[in-house]
Amino acid sequence: MNKLYESYIKTDSLPTLFCPGCGNGIVQIAAARAIESLGCRRETACVSGIGCSSWIPCYYKLDVMHTLHGRALAFATGLKLASPDKNIIVFTGDGDCLAIGGNHFLHACARNIDITVVMVNNYIYGMTGGQKSPTTPLKAVTKTSPFGSVDKPMDGCALAMTLGASYVARWTTAHPVQLEKAIAQGVKHKGFSFIEVLSQCPVQAGSNIHGTKDAATILEKYRTGTYLWKPSMAMTGSPEAAEAEILEAQGKTKIGLFKNDEEIEEYIAKVEDKLADKGIERPEMEK
Amino acid sequence: MAIITVDKTCCKGCDICFSICPKKLFVPSKTRNSYGTNLPEARNQEDCILCGMCERLCPDGAINVIRSEDTKTGGEEKHED
Repeated sequence: MNKLYESYIKTDSLPTLFCPGCGNGIVQIAAARAIESLGCRRETACVSGIGCSSWIPCYYKLDVMHTLHGRALAFATGLKLASPDKNIIVFTGDGDCLAIGGNHFLHACARNIDITVVMVNNYIYGMTGGQKSPTTPLKAVTKTSPFGSVDKPMDGCALAMTLGASYVARWTTAHPVQLEKAIAQGVKHKGFSFIEVLSQCPVQAGSNIHGTKDAATILEKYRTGTYLWKPSMAMTGSPEAAEAEILEAQGKTKIGLFKNDEEIEEYIAKVEDKLADKGIERPEMEK
Repeated sequence: MAIITVDKTCCKGCDICFSICPKKLFVPSKTRNSYGTNLPEARNQEDCILCGMCERLCPDGAINVIRSEDTKTGGEEKHED
């Protein structure tokens, strides 16, 4: 067994309930490596909702809350307000974050509260048997869209940026080094950090969305079917923008760091200022 | 040299390691893992370039690469040549 994995995972609950080839395990290892690189294991707490991806933190030897469906961000906001010195990482899925938890997601983004959200996007509701999720691509056949999906897929990163999240990045499970660095950056960043991870679900999304049930082939597709976004691509009229348009037309997904703004005011700092203003002191927590 | 081990109880036989290794060191062995599929085996371990992709991309943390001091110096010497 991998030595770092062994030191972070409750080995008595192994094997994990993920199917063979599931991308959640890759995210689990990347997050463990990120926490290890920051050396903030004692100060880290994880929160998750319901879904396959919400099982990721449940195997960690850390403080973990496994909460209601979609309400992970609501619980995390409460936990952060109660103990502001903790680094909070929320593991959530595309359905958990954008469908049922959409409301909490909007408000957490708008508040710019110091939480790191790792959204594992596998394009489908995997745990319940392969129903259509908000991010399912157009024309994809699922259990609840037998004639092909007609809804335009939702872009979580664009939504988070619009609402005021201050760190937004998207990586895939085929980019584990960049993913690890993004999680470490997100934890260090003061403000709402949203990291979307495009992940593979070989069992439910495999044959209908990716056209193969082989995890390694899906990983290869993520490597070839994505392009690295650069800030110059946002400027209209630049050669990079034209290049990005061509790549989008080929059906490639943009990945990379989309936003990293340290200037935006953070929610906890505002609350602390207010408390200090009114002369209210926090009760000392037992360590 | 690197010592690469694959844990029999962790491995679920997803076969990601076969294609992800840049040196293609992993091959299916005759041993069965606890999941009932063929356990990968690392052959020609002296060719390992220590990129660590197998450790990062194994979803079940079954692969462990021990980087010994000999490998480090060996690699540097090769680089100088």
